[in-house]
Amino acid sequence: MGVMKRVSLVFKAKANKALDKMEDPRETLDYSYQRQLELLTKVRRGVADVATSRKRVELQMNQLQQQANKLEDQARKALGMGREDLARAALERKASAQAQLNDLQVQYAQLQAEEEKLTVASQRLQSKVDAFRTRKETIKATYTAAEAQTRINEAFSGISEEMGDVGMAIQRAEDKTAQMQARAGAIDELMASGALDDAVGGSRRDDIQSELDMMSASSDVERELSRLKGEITATAPKQLEGGANGNSQATTQSQAQDQGGPYAPPPAQAQPAGIPVSDLPAAEPQDGEGS
Amino acid sequence: MIVRILGEGQFRIGDAAAAELNRLDTELEAAVNHNDEAAFATALDGLLAQVRAQGSPLPPDTLEESDLILPHQDSSMDEVRKLLTDEGLIPG
Repeated sequence: MGVMKRVSLVFKAKANKALDKMEDPRETLDYSYQRQLELLTKVRRGVADVATSRKRVELQMNQLQQQANKLEDQARKALGMGREDLARAALERKASAQAQLNDLQVQYAQLQAEEEKLTVASQRLQSKVDAFRTRKETIKATYTAAEAQTRINEAFSGISEEMGDVGMAIQRAEDKTAQMQARAGAIDELMASGALDDAVGGSRRDDIQSELDMMSASSDVERELSRLKGEITATAPKQLEGGANGNSQATTQSQAQDQGGPYAPPPAQAQPAGIPVSDLPAAEPQDGEGS
Repeated sequence: MIVRILGEGQFRIGDAAAAELNRLDTELEAAVNHNDEAAFATALDGLLAQVRAQGSPLPPDTLEESDLILPHQDSSMDEVRKLLTDEGLIPG
């Protein structure tokens, strides 16, 4: 006997065993219906579990992708600074992050497929459960216990096969999810422990970045320095001229203020200070600039 | 006859296609008996492809039993062995 037939007989045997346990055939209908509803709940929960697991993998993939991008960026900067050794180190780490990413992508696709299968399975089971409920009511209403037997057996066997199938689908999805979670957990732990930091980044600052930062910081300082030097040589004469003009204008203004404004000294003091008053603002050009 | 692919659903198959299925099924069984994983995978893929190509899917709300049941797409030989001996592969 072929494999296909033997598998179908195993399913049939399972259904018959469940049927034999029932004393009143109509009891079977209600009992089976309850089991079907339970299984529906279970398969829906299964879909949600796989989705959660898939999202977690997605999150890790995003982290790894960011890390790979960052490392490539570092390699580019290092090359720009003529540090091929650093660029090489960054690219090696990028390759390692990329390898993990590729691995996760395969797992992700599997979880996605599993989620789709379970979703379809849950829809199929829902249709069959609905059909069973209708059949169940008809059988209960129309037939005596003895007459109902054959029809009950048919309905029961049909749905029992589906339930076995869905039950296996849930089991397979659970296995895949458990594997995936163990894997994701391991990556999370590695990230938290810092062991993957060099390759995958994390809280600790990686050495490539700090060396790049140091180099770029010192080159920044140099650049700033030369910019400032350039500014000074290029604009120094202009600034002096501008400053002189401003001062002379400011002087006129503060002179006017000192003479007519509220800050005019009292008459008693104005007399002794009167002679140098006209010279005072000119001696304080800072005040003039400030106003 | 009605054929179920585990994880995919039920299909109605004509007699002509059923003959080809039986031939592939014999190969599948031989592969299991000889512990030949490669031949097993080939035979299983062939069987599933045949059912999908020749069969018409049953509406989801039918409550008919299948005459033949095929393992899941990516089943290992080990899984199929357990399926045949009913070592807890079918829950409930």
